[in-house]
Amino acid sequence: MKIQQLSVFLENKPGQMAGVFDILGSNGVNIITMSTADTEQFGILRIITREWEKAKTVLEEGQFVVNLTPVVAIQVPHKPGGLSSILAIFQKQNINIEYMYAFPCAHTTEAVLIARFEDPDAAIKVVRESENFKALTEEDVFKEKKACEIQS
Amino acid sequence: MTQLATEQTIWDKNESLPREELEALQAKRLKEAVARVYQNVPFYTKKFDDLGISADDINSIEDVRKLPFTVKTDLRDNYPLDLLAVPREKLARLHASSGTTGKPTFAVFTQEDLDTWSDLCARFLYAGGLRKNQFAHVAFGYGLFTGGFGLHYGIERVGAGVIPAASGNTRRQISLLRDLNTETLICTPSYALNIAEVAREEGLDPAKDLPIKFGHFGGEPWTEDMREAIEAELGITAYNNYGLSEVLGPGVAGECPCRNGMHLQEDHFLFELVDPQTDEPVKPGEVGELIITNLTKQATTLLRYRTRDLCVIHEDVCDCGRTTRRMGRVIGRSDDMMIIRGVNVFPSQIEEALLSVEGTTPHYMIELDRPGNLDRVTVSVEIQPHMFSDKMTEMNMLKRAIDKEIRTITGIGVTLNLVQPQTLARFEGKAKRVIDNRFTKEELEK
Amino acid sequence: MTAALDQIAPFHPKSSPDYLPVDQLRQLQLQRLQQIVQHSYDNVPLFRKRMDKRSIAPSDIRTLEDIQLLPFTVKTDLRDEYPLGLLAVPMKDVVRLHASSGTTGKPIVVAYNQQDLGTWAEVMTRTFAACGLHAGDVVQNAYGYGLFTGGLGVHYGIESLGATVVPISGGNTTRQVMLMKDFGTTVICCTPSYFLRIIDKANEMGLDLKDFPIRAGVFGAEPWTDSMRRRIEQLTDIKAFDIYGLSEIIGPGVGCHCSAQEGLHIFEDHFYPEIIDPETCEPLPDGTEGELVLSTLSKQAMPMLRYRTRDITAIYTEECSCGRTIRRIRRIGRRSDDMFIIRGVNVFPSQIETALLNVEGTLPHYQIILTKHNDMDQIEVQVEVTSEHFSDTIGALERLRKKLSAAIAEIIGIRVNLRLVEPHTIQRSEGKAKRVIDKRAEAES
Repeated sequence: MKIQQLSVFLENKPGQMAGVFDILGSNGVNIITMSTADTEQFGILRIITREWEKAKTVLEEGQFVVNLTPVVAIQVPHKPGGLSSILAIFQKQNINIEYMYAFPCAHTTEAVLIARFEDPDAAIKVVRESENFKALTEEDVFKEKKACEIQS
Repeated sequence: MTQLATEQTIWDKNESLPREELEALQAKRLKEAVARVYQNVPFYTKKFDDLGISADDINSIEDVRKLPFTVKTDLRDNYPLDLLAVPREKLARLHASSGTTGKPTFAVFTQEDLDTWSDLCARFLYAGGLRKNQFAHVAFGYGLFTGGFGLHYGIERVGAGVIPAASGNTRRQISLLRDLNTETLICTPSYALNIAEVAREEGLDPAKDLPIKFGHFGGEPWTEDMREAIEAELGITAYNNYGLSEVLGPGVAGECPCRNGMHLQEDHFLFELVDPQTDEPVKPGEVGELIITNLTKQATTLLRYRTRDLCVIHEDVCDCGRTTRRMGRVIGRSDDMMIIRGVNVFPSQIEEALLSVEGTTPHYMIELDRPGNLDRVTVSVEIQPHMFSDKMTEMNMLKRAIDKEIRTITGIGVTLNLVQPQTLARFEGKAKRVIDNRFTKEELEK
Repeated sequence: MTAALDQIAPFHPKSSPDYLPVDQLRQLQLQRLQQIVQHSYDNVPLFRKRMDKRSIAPSDIRTLEDIQLLPFTVKTDLRDEYPLGLLAVPMKDVVRLHASSGTTGKPIVVAYNQQDLGTWAEVMTRTFAACGLHAGDVVQNAYGYGLFTGGLGVHYGIESLGATVVPISGGNTTRQVMLMKDFGTTVICCTPSYFLRIIDKANEMGLDLKDFPIRAGVFGAEPWTDSMRRRIEQLTDIKAFDIYGLSEIIGPGVGCHCSAQEGLHIFEDHFYPEIIDPETCEPLPDGTEGELVLSTLSKQAMPMLRYRTRDITAIYTEECSCGRTIRRIRRIGRRSDDMFIIRGVNVFPSQIETALLNVEGTLPHYQIILTKHNDMDQIEVQVEVTSEHFSDTIGALERLRKKLSAAIAEIIGIRVNLRLVEPHTIQRSEGKAKRVIDKRAEAES
């Protein structure tokens, strides 16, 4: 149920981000979603892609430091209160989210939340036991995105 | 400054002994020093026996060349106190300076040594205008570093008021200087410029609004351009002094009102200048490595200590009336030691810090510059896969851990940059780890 | 080394004024009080003005009880007379100046002439002698050096005792442990909380202080308890002694533990103690708890008459088993104002406010939280983020955090852990937030 996220170490200076996406683009890696975290001096780029194995190889060849991190993808209703209701469940179960980001599917009623947990298995269990939310497999996520693409 | 030169500025009669008398005193003290270490310091006993020499062979100051050199690593190898020449109970003070690795080099003093030290600092302070009825502001760090204490006791010896401001909080230092109407400022030359800059930020004209008239600066290399800038900015007369804790601390040499080189305190030390490659004496007027022999220090007596400092020695007679020779500014080092905010730092210490946090030594680079007249050290470390985490908190923790370890080992704070692999320059053979952008060779030699 | 120590003549405490017969001591005190009142009246305009206002002349001091006729001196007097309005000797005779932080960022300056430095070294030597130190001891001085009186006060005392001074100053705990081991330190001087930090660091390094030659610690500059003392002694097999002092009076050296470790002897031949009710200012008899008031009996450069220390204590009525005739006060447990002491540094909430105001322009809601972590005092300043300075980049928030904490460190002299918190998360009571929450005692029990 966990999906792979690529994390890339980036110095906080012009051109660094472009370097990563040049490599990914020229190697035919399509990105489903991504987020960045920044500090004054360096940043961490987090990427979800179907071609994560290839992406890792080509980025490492380009002298980037890349890690794989298991994260959880959760389908939530794309409406006001959708996110807050899943967060309420985690809070109730005392499950801590380390960080998260999300992507919506335009013209559908669903959005996908990507989150990193201290204990991803516990989080998945809670999601499964809930009524309105679904923990997505890798396949689901990429299908989901495809659906978006077609509709948009 | 020229007014002062005509006044009486000599603190001790030994500063102006006729040369023959001074050299006779040196020869006598050298023989005593050699006899003392032969008897009390096994390290030297062995060296002398190996060379087949004894105090009997030392009858003139030229005979010093028969003696073996002492180097920084000898101090490390005899850590902590195997070079001690007196019983431990006789020690009144222990200081330390950076070693080439995490272990410091101790500098120890008997009460008699402390008295000599105070006197030697009083010599250059008095030559530079400090008098009994004045205040002197010490903005050197106190602690194991010898700088702060040497000057502190020197001021006391002169009889002036000491303001032990130590380091940090420049705005508070400025208000103290102003409020107490302090005449003499003591710190590193770069900190003097920093004081001027902060005073400007506070809307003051440092030359007019700060009461200081004299400055004694040392503890790090500086240039004539910096002297001019300090004098103009602060409206003072700036004096240079020299010392190192291995043989004493500050007080080894200092300028007189003529300010054409620092008078070597030859009654307490024997100075030589050698070519660092051949170990042979350099020709008069040439740059060489300064070699110092302790003549009077009781707690430890180092013979022919290789300072690694490069300078010239002026032999001509000075107008001030002192008969001692004078050393020029230190224009470089014959090893890779850096002096940062007055603290000696070796690249090997940074390496040790990285090793202890990481388990391996990643590729790194040290860059020195001086924004706002304060030394800044930037250590760039190439990140390796095992160091990287997708969690910001873990990355920040890594950064802090390296930071802290460097601070623990070197005693200074650095700006730490984590950089991507393969982005730092590579060198054939011996890696050049340090880029010093503070000043050029030309500026130093001017 | 220990064998050689025995051959060194110890300091002879019996010859010190600590053991003067009480009537002789009172006689000496009265004589000195009369002199110092005259000296202060003649040379310090503030004292003269206040005495004149009460129609008191120096000649009115006929008995020790007459000290009660004199006006009090308070901390703000030192600030108002900044820098040297209270100086009682010509400026040229001053040979040392120290400064401590004031309530609003302006420091308080204290001055010494040569005789005062002699007195200071003397009381520190008597302090060390009372703690059983002697020539030949290797004393590691980890109090901060500089304008703070702690470092240099202790330093000169060790020197005049004839022991070896290791002037390591504060910080770099790894080095403290390494030096203690490699150089064979026999005595350490620092704040008690810092010593606990050193113990922890030694453990982290796989070392046990019980294996070291260290045998005594001289601790002060912050309040601590007897249970903390016993813990230190159990963990390290050393004797832990408490000392007391304040810059306004002289620095460290006002009072100290003796071998009995029961209360702190005040060096009354130099510092005359009284206890008053902090509300009514009425004198209280020995044995009753109140605020300690001290008068310097011999200090030349900057004498203090009836200085209100704000420290709450009581004077012991019984004689001490050690034989010293100088009286003892109870360990200082608390203070009568809002100042708090952290790692030996005096801090007022108003200083933190000044710093925040300097950076922000307006005063944000903040709270100071004092805790103990690994026995070290921790200070956290929580500041509510307002929408004006919120930024979506972590970098900008980090810069703000660093700027605030640097501004605070610049004023109070110690680093704080600064935490940005969401608006309205700091509790307010009746509109006014409680500024200081001290949880340090909880941690200890």
